[in-house]
Amino acid sequence: MGALFYILIFPGFLFIIFFSLAIEFIDRKIYARLQNRVGPPWFQPLADFIKLLAKEDIVPTASNPKMFKLAPILALTSVITAFLYIPLWKTGALFSFNGDIIVVFYLLTLPTLAFFIGGWYSTSLYARIGSVRCLTQLFAYEVPLFMGILSSALLADTWSLKEMAVFYTQHPWFWMFNLLGFGISLISLLGKLEKVPFDIPEAETEVVAGSFTEYSGRMLAYLRLTLDIEMVVGSVLLALVFFPFGLNINPALGFMLFLLKVLFIISLISLLRTVVARLRIDQMISFCWKYLVPLALLQILVNLILKGTLLK
Amino acid sequence: MHNSPDFKIPIGPQHPALKEPESFSVALKGEKILGVDIRLGYNHRGIEKAAEERSYVQDIYLIERVCGICSHSHATCFVQAVEEIAGLAVPARALYIRTIIGELERIHSHLLWLGVAGHEIGFDTLLMYSWRDREVVMDILATITGNRVNYGMNTIGGVRRDIDAPQAEAILNALTILEERTKYYIEIATEETTIIKRLSGVGVLSREDVLRLDAVGPTARASGVKRDVRVDDPYAAYAELSFDVITDNHADVYGRTVVRVKELLESCKIIRQALKNLPQGPIAIRAPRKIPAGEALSRYEAPRGEDVHYVKANGTEKPERVKIRAPTLANVQAVKHMLRDRFLADMPIVVAAIDPCFSCTDRMVALKEQAGGRAKVINWQALHNFSIEWHKQRGIDFAPLNKKLKERLAR
Repeated sequence: MGALFYILIFPGFLFIIFFSLAIEFIDRKIYARLQNRVGPPWFQPLADFIKLLAKEDIVPTASNPKMFKLAPILALTSVITAFLYIPLWKTGALFSFNGDIIVVFYLLTLPTLAFFIGGWYSTSLYARIGSVRCLTQLFAYEVPLFMGILSSALLADTWSLKEMAVFYTQHPWFWMFNLLGFGISLISLLGKLEKVPFDIPEAETEVVAGSFTEYSGRMLAYLRLTLDIEMVVGSVLLALVFFPFGLNINPALGFMLFLLKVLFIISLISLLRTVVARLRIDQMISFCWKYLVPLALLQILVNLILKGTLLK
Repeated sequence: MHNSPDFKIPIGPQHPALKEPESFSVALKGEKILGVDIRLGYNHRGIEKAAEERSYVQDIYLIERVCGICSHSHATCFVQAVEEIAGLAVPARALYIRTIIGELERIHSHLLWLGVAGHEIGFDTLLMYSWRDREVVMDILATITGNRVNYGMNTIGGVRRDIDAPQAEAILNALTILEERTKYYIEIATEETTIIKRLSGVGVLSREDVLRLDAVGPTARASGVKRDVRVDDPYAAYAELSFDVITDNHADVYGRTVVRVKELLESCKIIRQALKNLPQGPIAIRAPRKIPAGEALSRYEAPRGEDVHYVKANGTEKPERVKIRAPTLANVQAVKHMLRDRFLADMPIVVAAIDPCFSCTDRMVALKEQAGGRAKVINWQALHNFSIEWHKQRGIDFAPLNKKLKERLAR
C-alpha cells in the first residue's frame, strides 16, 4: 500500500505532474520578467494541458499511425519512471540498486529517441529535419552531461544514486569540488531540454516546431508534459548529484531545501536562456566537444586526484 | 529522402519565419542549402492601378498604405514627384518637418528590425527589449501626427500639421532616452558572443556583388558601398543638415546590424539639428487640384533603402500612371546569392537582414505554362466564375444560400 501511494501519488506520478506544471510556470514567469514582460498567470500550464487534452487528435494520413501515437507515451512513461530512482529530500529513493545511475541515464535518453521516432514517422518535412537535428544534438550534449554526473559518482565511488547521497552526507563539503561538473551538466541539460541556446531541433523560424510539428490534441499535451517533467527530473538529478546536502535533516525542512535547490537550478536555466541567442547545429556540436568535454575530463581528473589523496 | 538532391522544403508562403506571405523553396542536402527559388506574388494589392483611378490627394493616403513601416517614405516620395510636376515651391518649414518625421520613422523601423533579427536567431530577449524601446518613438510619432503608423502628414505642397514648442521638447526628451538605449544595443550587438557567432560570416555579399546586383540601403552600405539618396541626391532638408553615411566593411549580416544600429544614432543627430534650425513660416502652400501634364521621378532613402516613385500626369485631377519601386525589390535578388552554400539555420536571418517588405514589393505574376510558354490572363468576372465552378465540382455550392440571402434582403 505504502509503495503504491509512493509511486502513484506522493512523490510519484500525481505529485510530479503538478510539480512539473508549477515548474513550467516558474520558468516562464522568470523568463518573462527578465524580458520585461508580465508573463503567464499561475494556472496557465495546467489550463494549456487541459485544453490540449480536450482537443481533437489529428494523425496525418501519410504517417505511420502506430509509431506516431506510440512516441508520446513512450517518452512520458520513461521520464516519469526515471523520477522514481532519484532520492529527493532523503538519502533513499523508492527503487535503488547498484547501477541505477545508468538506468536513469537510459530513461532520460529515451524521450529524445521517442521525439525522433514521432517526428520521423509523421513524415512532415519540418518534423524530419527536426528529428534529425534532435539525434545529432543527442550525440553532442549526452557525453558531457554523463561525464559531469559520473565525475561526482566517481568521487563517491559508487554506481548508485542512493549510495552517492549517503557518501556526500558522510563527507559534507565534498560537493564543492564538483562545481565545474555542475556548470558542464547544466549547460548540457539545456541541450537535453531543447532550450535556448540549444533549441535547434524546434527552432520555430526554421523548422516550425521540429518533431512536434504534426502533433495535436492529447498527444501534443503528453509531449509538452514530457518536456516539463524532463526539466524537473533533470534539475532534481542535478540537485541530488551536485548539491547533496541537508538530506538527513527533518523531512519538512528537507523538503523545503529540496524545493529551493530545484528552484535555484530552474532559475539558472531561465537566466541562461534569456541572455543568449540560438546557436547553429554545427556550432553547438563543436562547442560541446571542444569546450564541455575537455572541461568534464578535467573535472574527472581532479576527482581522481582527490580520491587518491583526501580519501586515502 | 533527407539526403537526396531533390529534398526541398517550403519556407512560405505560410511559415513562422515570415511575417508576410512569400515563397522560398529551399533545396537541401542535410543542413546545407543547395539552392533557393524565390517567388513573389502572394500579396499583390494592385495599388498602382488603384492610384490611377483616384485623385492626387486621395492617392497620398492610398500610397501611404503601400507599407505599414515606411509609410511616410512612400507618401513623401509620391508627393515629391507630384510637386515637381506641378512646379510647387514647398515651404522650408514643411521640408524640415518631413525630414523629422522621416528620421523618426527610420528609428522606429530600425528598432523593429533589430527585434525581428533577434527573433530570427532565437534571441527573443532582444526582441522584447527593442520593441519596448520602440514604443518611445511610436508615442512621439503619435503625439506629433496623431497616428502610430500611417501618419497622414504629407499633402501636396507641404505638410498637414505643425510641430509646436512643447512637441519639439517632447521629441528631444525621447531622443535622449533613445540615444542611451541605442548605445546599449550597439554594445550588445558588437559584444555578445552568441550573436556574433550567428551573424558574422553569414550572408556575405561582396562589394562587387552589391554593384552587380544593385542592392540598396543598409544592405549596400554594409558592404562598403556609400550609397545613400540623402547625400547623393538630397531631398527635403537633408542638403542643409550635416550627418555621416554609415558604412561597414564586414559585408555580412553582422555588418548590416552594425550599420543599422549606428544609423539610429545618426538619425537622432539629424532630428536634433532639424529641430534646432526649424525655420519659421507656413507649413504648406495651396496646390492646384489638376496637375499639369508632365512626368517626374522621385527618389527617397527609406529605412530599407532607395525608394523610387514615377508619376505621369495628364492635366486632369488623376495621375495617368504611378510606378512604385520599393527597396525590397532591389535587394531580394541578392538574397539568393547570399544563401549560397549556407545552412538552413541561416536562412531566416539572411532573409530578414535585407529587412524585407514583401507586400510593398509585390508584382503581378502572369503564370506561364512550362511546356507551351503561353501566358494566360483572365479578368475579374472570369476568375469569379472559375472559383464558383471549382467549388461546385468539389460539392460546395453557395447558390441556394445566395438565393436565400437575396430573398431575405428583398423582404
